[in-house]
Order: sequence, then C-alpha cells, then structure tokens
Amino acid sequence: MSEPVSALGGASFTGFANVREIGPLGMVTLRAKDVAGLADAVKAVTGTALPATRRIEVAGDCACAWMSPDEYLLVVPYAQAGAAIATLNAALKGQHFLAADVSDARAVFRVEGDKAAQALAKLSPVDFAALQPGELRRTRAAQVAAAFWQQGNGYTVVCFRSVGKYVFDLLSSSAMPGSELA
Amino acid sequence: MSTRLAKGGRLIDRSASQEFTFNGKRLKGYKGDTLAAALLANDQMLVGRSFKYHRPRGIVAAGPEEPNALVNLGRGGRFEPNQRTTTTELFDGLEATSQNHWPSLEYDVGVVNNYVARFLPAGFYYKTFIHPRPFWKHVFEPVIRQSAGLGKAPKDRDADRYEQAYAFCDLLVVGGGVAGLHAALVAGRSGARVIVLEQTAIWGGRAPVDAEVIDGKPAGDWVEAAVAELAAMPNVTLKIRTMGAGVYDHGYVLADEKVADHTPGDGRPKHRLWRIRAGKILTATGAIERPLSFAGNDIPGVMLAASVRDYVVNYAVSPGDRTVVVTNNDDAYRTAIALVEAGLSVPAIIDARANVTGELPAKARALGIRIEAGRGVAKVLGGKRVTGVSICLQAGEGAVVDEIACDAIAMSGGWSPVVHLYSHCGGKLVWDTVSAHFRPDAAKPPINHDGGAMVYAAGIANGAMTTAAALADADTQARAALQALGIAAKSGNVPQADIVTEAAMEAVWIMPQGAGPALKAKMWLDYQNDVKVSDVQLAAREGYESVEHTKRYTTLGMATDQGKLSNINGLAVLAQALNEDIPQVGTTTFRPPYTPVTLGALAGEARGDIFQPLRRTPIHGWHEQHAAYFEPVGLWRRPYTFPRSGETHAQAVHREVLNTRTNVGMLDASTLGKIIVKGPDAGRFLDMLYTGVMSTLPVGKCRYGLMCNEQGFLSDDGVVARIDEDTWLCHTTSGGADRIHAWMEDWLQCEWWDWKVYTANVTEQYAQVAIVGPKARQLLEKLGGMDVSREALPFMQWADGTLGGFPVRVYRISFSGELSYEIAVPASHGLAFWEACQKAGADLGVMPYGTEALHIMRAEKGFIMIGDETDGTVIPQDLNLDWAISKKKEDFLGKRGQQRNHLASPDRWKLVGFEALDGSVIPDGAYVVDAGLNANGQRNVQGRITSTYFSPTLKKGIAMGLLKHGPKRMGEVVEFGTVKNGVKGTLKARVVDPVFYDKDGEKQNV
Repeated sequence: MSEPVSALGGASFTGFANVREIGPLGMVTLRAKDVAGLADAVKAVTGTALPATRRIEVAGDCACAWMSPDEYLLVVPYAQAGAAIATLNAALKGQHFLAADVSDARAVFRVEGDKAAQALAKLSPVDFAALQPGELRRTRAAQVAAAFWQQGNGYTVVCFRSVGKYVFDLLSSSAMPGSELA
Repeated sequence: MSTRLAKGGRLIDRSASQEFTFNGKRLKGYKGDTLAAALLANDQMLVGRSFKYHRPRGIVAAGPEEPNALVNLGRGGRFEPNQRTTTTELFDGLEATSQNHWPSLEYDVGVVNNYVARFLPAGFYYKTFIHPRPFWKHVFEPVIRQSAGLGKAPKDRDADRYEQAYAFCDLLVVGGGVAGLHAALVAGRSGARVIVLEQTAIWGGRAPVDAEVIDGKPAGDWVEAAVAELAAMPNVTLKIRTMGAGVYDHGYVLADEKVADHTPGDGRPKHRLWRIRAGKILTATGAIERPLSFAGNDIPGVMLAASVRDYVVNYAVSPGDRTVVVTNNDDAYRTAIALVEAGLSVPAIIDARANVTGELPAKARALGIRIEAGRGVAKVLGGKRVTGVSICLQAGEGAVVDEIACDAIAMSGGWSPVVHLYSHCGGKLVWDTVSAHFRPDAAKPPINHDGGAMVYAAGIANGAMTTAAALADADTQARAALQALGIAAKSGNVPQADIVTEAAMEAVWIMPQGAGPALKAKMWLDYQNDVKVSDVQLAAREGYESVEHTKRYTTLGMATDQGKLSNINGLAVLAQALNEDIPQVGTTTFRPPYTPVTLGALAGEARGDIFQPLRRTPIHGWHEQHAAYFEPVGLWRRPYTFPRSGETHAQAVHREVLNTRTNVGMLDASTLGKIIVKGPDAGRFLDMLYTGVMSTLPVGKCRYGLMCNEQGFLSDDGVVARIDEDTWLCHTTSGGADRIHAWMEDWLQCEWWDWKVYTANVTEQYAQVAIVGPKARQLLEKLGGMDVSREALPFMQWADGTLGGFPVRVYRISFSGELSYEIAVPASHGLAFWEACQKAGADLGVMPYGTEALHIMRAEKGFIMIGDETDGTVIPQDLNLDWAISKKKEDFLGKRGQQRNHLASPDRWKLVGFEALDGSVIPDGAYVVDAGLNANGQRNVQGRITSTYFSPTLKKGIAMGLLKHGPKRMGEVVEFGTVKNGVKGTLKARVVDPVFYDKDGEKQNV
C-alpha cells in the first residue's frame, strides 16, 4: 500500500505570514446528541473533554471541536482514525450516532506569524479581535467553506480537499509581502 | 495664466520635483501635488471637453466633486479612464491624456454641437431618435456614441491586483476633518473600538486651509496633535486614502482604500475594498460648495471659491493674477483675503446680497478690496479662458453696468452638507432655510435592527457650518453614539475654535434673478452632462414635475460626478419653475458608491487562478499530465476526453468508447456524490426520499434510485448501497452532492426532526475509479487481494477488501452496459491506486476515458442522465421509469405531485429512441413537428431530442428524446424541424427503443 498523500503534498508559501499545508490528519465526524457515555467516548479517542458551543478542546496531537449542536470533529493522528471509529462504535454501541472517517476529505493548513490574522481577515468575515483562544470558527474563505482556530503562533485552517489548491492560492495571495493590513 | 507662486504651499515639498506628462507634454510638479494642482501650476487650465456640446472645460473644484477635470491615466495594463485629477495624487512618471475631443483638446470638431445647442435641448435624443424604432439601435445610437462620451475603455488586462478585507468596530468615523478627528478622540478615549476613514492622504479637512484657530493654536497644529493621540491608541485604526463608499443595513459599510494608486507597480494591491461591520457610524463628511448659475459659468477659469483657496494655500498655485470673487455668502471672502495675502489681485468681490456686513467683508474692505453689493454676473467674457466679467444688478435682468478684466472667477453659492452616507440607508433630510441646504434630520436617521439610529451625522455634514459649531456638534454626536452603544463616554472639553461671525447667506439660484432666455441658455448646472438652467425649465414646462423624472429627462446629475455640484441648484431651479418650495420638490435618491469604485476592487482577489474555486479530484494532476481536455461539471473540472497527438476530440472520444467496449477503460468517478445515511429511522427516511423502496435492500446489495422534489419532478438519481443494518450509502450525481445533502438535512431538521437519522457527506473522502469493459475483471485480478468473480461479487452488490494492497470498497455497478466495477479508495491513496490500475491494465489495453465517452455509452444503453433527459419539468414516468417507483408505499416525496392531472395525463411526452433515416446525428434539442400552427403562428410540436450522439459502437447517429405517446409509436417515422445556415428544413427519423445496445444486459452481467 502507498503512503497517504495530502491534497497538495505539503505545499508552502512565505509571505508576511507563512502558509503551509499539513497533514494528512486523522479526522472523524461524530454526529451524536444526548447520548450516554459520549464524553467518555470522546475522551478515550482524543483525550479531551467534550467542547462547549463553538469551542475546540486540544490535547497534544488530538482535538475535539464543536461543529453544531449534534456534530463534533475529532482530530487524531492519521493512522489512528480507523481505531478512533472502532473505539466510538464500541463505546456508543446500540445508541443513535454516526461516526464517519473524513480524514481524506479535508485539506489542512497552518497560517503562522505575527500577522497571520491579517491574511485570514482578507478572506473571512471574522472579527479576530473577538476570536477567543480555543474558539473554532466555521466560516468561509472567499467562496468556500472553511473553519479555523488559533493555535500556537498562528491558525489551523481546515477546508474541503477538492478546494485545497484554491484555499492555498487564496492564502498565498493574501499573505503577499507588502499587502499587510497594518 | 495659472501658475505656481514663489512661496507657500502647505502640502507640497518643493525639494522633491516630479515629472509627468499631459497629452504627451512633459510637465513638472511637486511631491504633495494633486494632478489638478500640478496642471494649474503649468497653466493647463483647459483639461477636457464636455459630454454633449464639447465645450472647453477647466478645473472647477479641488476635491471629489470635480465634474470636469477627468483624464485617461496611465497606459497598457494600467490605463484607467475618467480619473479625477483633483483626487489623483501626483507621482513621478504619471501619464495623463484628456478625454472626449477629436482631433485635439484645443481644436475639437465636436464643438459644432455647441453652435447648434439650441437644437439640442433637454430630451432632444428621446424626441428626435425615437422613430423609426429600429433606427435607434442600429443607426442613431452608434453615431451618438461616437460623438459623446468620456474616457476610452481599457483594452489590456489589468496589470494590478486588488483585494478585500473585513473589519469590525464599535464606531466608524467617516471623514478625517476636525469634526471626525474630535469624534474619534471622544470615542477612542472612552475605550471604544474606532476606525477613522479619510478619503484623501491628508488629515484635517478644510480647517487648516481656512486658517482656523482651535484651542488657541492654528488648526493644523491641533490636527497634528489629534492624529498623534489617535495613532497611539491601540483601540483606534486610522485609514487615509480610504473613501467611505456606501452604508448598508445593520451597520455594514464598504470603503475603498487606494493603496497604491500613487505608487503604481510597487507590488502592493492597487485598491483594497474594506467590508466593515460597525456598531454605529458617524459621518463627518463635511460639505461641498455650490456653483452659482450665471451665464458663462462653465468657461475655464471659473472655479469654486473655496477650491481657489485650496490651490493657493495648499499647493501655492494661483488660478490667475486677477481673480474676481462672486458670492452670496461671507465664506467666499476668505478666498479674496487668501489671494490678496498671497500677493495676488482681487479686482472686485461681487456680492449678490444688498447689504454686506460681517467680520470677513470688513477684513476684505480693510485690505482695500472693492466690494460690489447687490450685484451679480451678467456674463463671463472669454472662450477657452476667462478674460473678464460683466456686472449687472442681481435684482435686474442682466443689463451690464460694468465690465472688469480678470483671469479667473471664484464663485460661491453656499455650501451643501455631504449627506450621501446618511441617506444611503434611508436617513431623511430637512431643508435649512437659513443656509439654503438640505441637512440630516436627526429625528429620522437610518435605523438599525433595534429601531435606534445607525448613522450619526456630525459637524458641517450635519449643518453645523462653523468650525466652532462643528467641533461642538461632533462632541455631542460622538457621545450620543457611544451612549447608544452602551459605552460610557469619558468626560472632556470640547475644543474651542475662535469664532468668526458670519452674516447670513442669501439663496441665489439664478444670477441675475430676472435673467432672460439668452442668459439662461448659458447658465450651466451640470458641467459634465451639459445641462443648463434652460433645460430644467423646459422640462418643467413639458410637465416633468418629479425631480427623479427631470433628472432622467435632462440627465442632470447623471454623469460620473453624480451631481455633487449640480443637484441642489438643479432642483432649486426646478422648484422655481414649478412654483413650489424646494423641500416639496425634494432630492433625488442618494445611492452608493459616494465616488466611483473601480470594478477591480469589487472583484477583489477573485481573478485568474482564484476567480472561482476549482474543485480537483485526487487524480486531477494525472489528468493534466495526460493532456486531458476538461469540461466544467459544477465547480469540478472533469476530463471530457484524453486526446492523443493528432486526434480530434471526436476521434479521441470514439477511440475511448470502442476501447472500453472491447478491452477495458478507466474513469475518474471521484466527483460522484457519496452520502452516508444512518440511524434507526434511516430506512424509513430513504423510503420517503426515493421513489423506490430502500429499506428492504439487503446488506451488501445495491439498488438504483430516483429522487423527486415535492412537485414530483425528477431531481437526482444514483445507486444506493446497504452498508449495515442501519447504514446506507447514497450515491448522487456529481453536481448534486451538496444539494442533495442539504435537501436531506432540510427534511431532517425542519420536518422530520424527531426521526433518528444522521447524514454525513463523504463525497471527498474517497477517490472512486470505474474499471469498465470486458477485461475489467482481469485487471482487478492482476491487482489481486479479493475475489471479484461473478459468484463472489455479482452485479449490483458491493464488497470491502483490498486490491493491490489498497483498502477498497468495490461496487459492481454499471453505467455503460459493460462489466464494470466502481472502486472507492481513500482519497489520499486515489492517485496511487489509479496509477496501479494503469500499470496492471497496460497489457490489457487499458485507456482512461472521459465524460463524453461516458455519455455516449450510457446513451447507447438508454440510461437517462439528470440534466439531459430531465430539466425540472420531467417526471420519472415520462422516462418509463415506473419500475423504480414503488406502488406499495403510502407516501414519498413527489408522490402527490405526480397524481396531479397534468402529470398523470396519458398525453405526456415520453422517452423513446430516435434514429435518423439517413443515419445522421439529429441536432440536440430539435423538436418533433406536428400538424398545424399554434396561436403564435409557430409549428406545433409533439416531442424533442434530449440526448444525441454518433455511436462509434453502432456506427450511426442515435438519439433519445421525449415524444407524445412515444412508446406506443415504435417504428413510426416522425419529422424534426432543423435550421442549417439559417435555412429551415426537416429531418425524418424512426421512433425506436431507447436501448440501442445489449438490450438484455448480458454484457454487464458476466
């Protein structure tokens, strides 16, 4: 079997903010609400608590993000996605939920540097001054759906795989040296 | 002669001279000049020709209200027409050319229109060219367009880039004059998030030019201190060169930042469109001076009084040695004083008011300036330049009492607050009889979601016409806005400006007030569109009572300046002609943008590679490397065919079809929609969504299904696989995945919210590869890893396993009629799997095929295609798909719709095949003609083509289509209407079974 290949093979761009594709990451869409043992099941997979509305809980390489009142996004190392689903299936067996592997359906970028928010502010209608640490924002990047959260010296941006190149080109265009917003 | 003065100029840097060209002539200016200032410094008073009469036009103003001085700027990829010289910052190497003249600016043949002006009155075009009707489009309009017009359209691709950005604040201050700056200080000191926009590159507005004194210091010093304090506040953002373009609902504001207009080619975006969401908006946008309507007021050298002051004080540019000031107010005396203080001559101030008192006139008198009270201008003397002015009594009809030689005329008809942004979202105006202008009505502001004011006008923009009053008003308005925002305003002093007492102005709409027709035909209201007092009065006589109608009839205010100078004067003249009060006549509607915003800024980053998101499958790069010719499918690009060198697309497609039918072909089917539906109620849910029954589908099996909308029309189709007891996987069309997923969620969230069903759109999780053809199984067996035999994996079943070491799910489904496997593999392995299949199939003759081969093969099999056989008016029964519609189910989406009598009619057009008697390909969309004509005199029709191809397999044209009573008419010959090279004809074709190839399905079921 081949090595898994991310959408852009780890492309990067250096501008007033630095853009690089990361991944592939393991990602699981978990749809569930008011299910017994949900918090324990998530903890077993990601090591995090269940996130509150619009928040993301991060623990090392793993994270769990609130996506909607009945949907979470679980992030784990790529090789662990299958095991994560097996864990969830076992823990929540008999109850109504859906765990789907979406590791390959996404492209993930890091936008880093002191002015990372400025690159994103050209694409997403987000008030970065009001974006809290640990808050996940589902929004759009220009014409496509995107989500991001602040982490370390920048932001982790997730979009659909098929538009990975579009989003990378957008971010690179936004981060063009000389076009800083402030 | 206009010229540069030896001293002064608060905005120019005389140590930095800059070269530019105007109509090829090399000229010099200074850093800090506007292009208009630099042109005047070089005695270039004549800068263009008017739109209709091609009259000489000079610079009138010094700001965005300028109607005349528009030029073509730059060249090639940086060529821009209609650039306002008064707001264009000079830079080294700037190239400008004048507009709307032929053959040259000085000698323009179009000026002949001027001599026949009395034959070109308001509405002339409408009246003259309306008949005969077709002549407008083909004869009159092209000729008129030749003779009228402004700049040239750019021909080259724009060399610059543009972008947009989002910003958020509590208070957005539009306008960086002293009122705006003070309002920003109040809000900033109180801790509010503030953004301040200034359209020019300079803070402070008029106050420093007018030598105002604030808190005992020159206004310029006060401005410098205010800007320094604001810049130091982390909660305040200052933006120069940024024009507040439009105000929209809920505090949404668009602003255009000219990032690099003055530094072209430095790599930065040329413009940036700011999309600002503000809690409250404060407009401190100042006011625009009005011209006076006297005969010859459009001759180059006639300028607005305050603009003359701007040129003298800011740029040390004199419009002429001798300037006559014409006014109805005290403010214009500042211009006379500034001119005299700069060492220039003011032969007279002509004041329409009978009594001239006040501080400023007294100062003018003290400087020895002659003041002619109660007088007006009878006529301006001169052609391409002012040479003098003849004086009359303002109260009279224009009999000349004196003539004064001069080089320039500075006129002031009073000031109109800039109420545009206040008005964009419905803010109302009141007529102020004292200042004779419309100003914001504080009782009727544009309102927010909560009914509170969204916009606060402040300072001169709010009708507070002196610096002292403007600062006090800005303080009050800023505090009101903060209170509404729930932010406690910090107490502080209002800056105190020295008070200069001004006497009341007197409204003057026509000068002299009793002017006869000859004079009125030379009084310009709209300089750019050549609308005169006589035109508006004619419109009134012809019955145009509404200001909106008059505007469109006369084109008053419809030029690129949008009537910034002309609107108030025009509607005052209209009101007089109608014998009504000005407020009763009212204003035309103020619409964004305040000044033109270039389309590049509105498009933002969306051009070139990122014009539109292009969806790529994991195998997209391979297709590109293998010379695929792509076609758009939704936002995807799918290979249409893979032409080899020397092949036409048609030849390539035929090769792909034949190879797939005889050997094995590969199709990138990754774009196919894939939606997981899971839960205890999932079966029941799918039974509602699909016309057939999905709940009874055994685990491991596949079933073809149709989805209809509530009206019963066919919406999507695809194969459903039962994954486990409570999980199904629904395939949708490539273009339908997102729509169908949203459709599912809509029903689950809004209608059947208590059903236990979850969905997940996993379209992009998998690359899907179709291996198709008689040797498909051999290819998979070469990869190895799972049993794909007929027995282990029969038609319409699926199995998980591995192939060539890849984790796969294999579906035995066929859209071509051949032995076919569709193999889903995680997208991260998609390309590697595709390449492994290519390698394994090399000696089997494997070839990739594109969407056109796919379409031909499905048509040969009589399979329908959503979007070809369906168009939103077709029900499954029309396509003979009754077998896929459950008769047993109590309900499904579309069932009741299909029972309506029109859809249940036995006379509907139904699917059949067609074969032209001569074997040719019937044109797509062709209609089957019927006897007789309809009410419109057109041939009656009884059917139409939905898909038509040349079948390389059968070596003849094949087609599918809908025909009235179709299936009952097998073997009948029908006639299609054709049009070839404009000649109507018919084509005979036989009605046949739509399944042209392997009707019994033996080839797919092996």
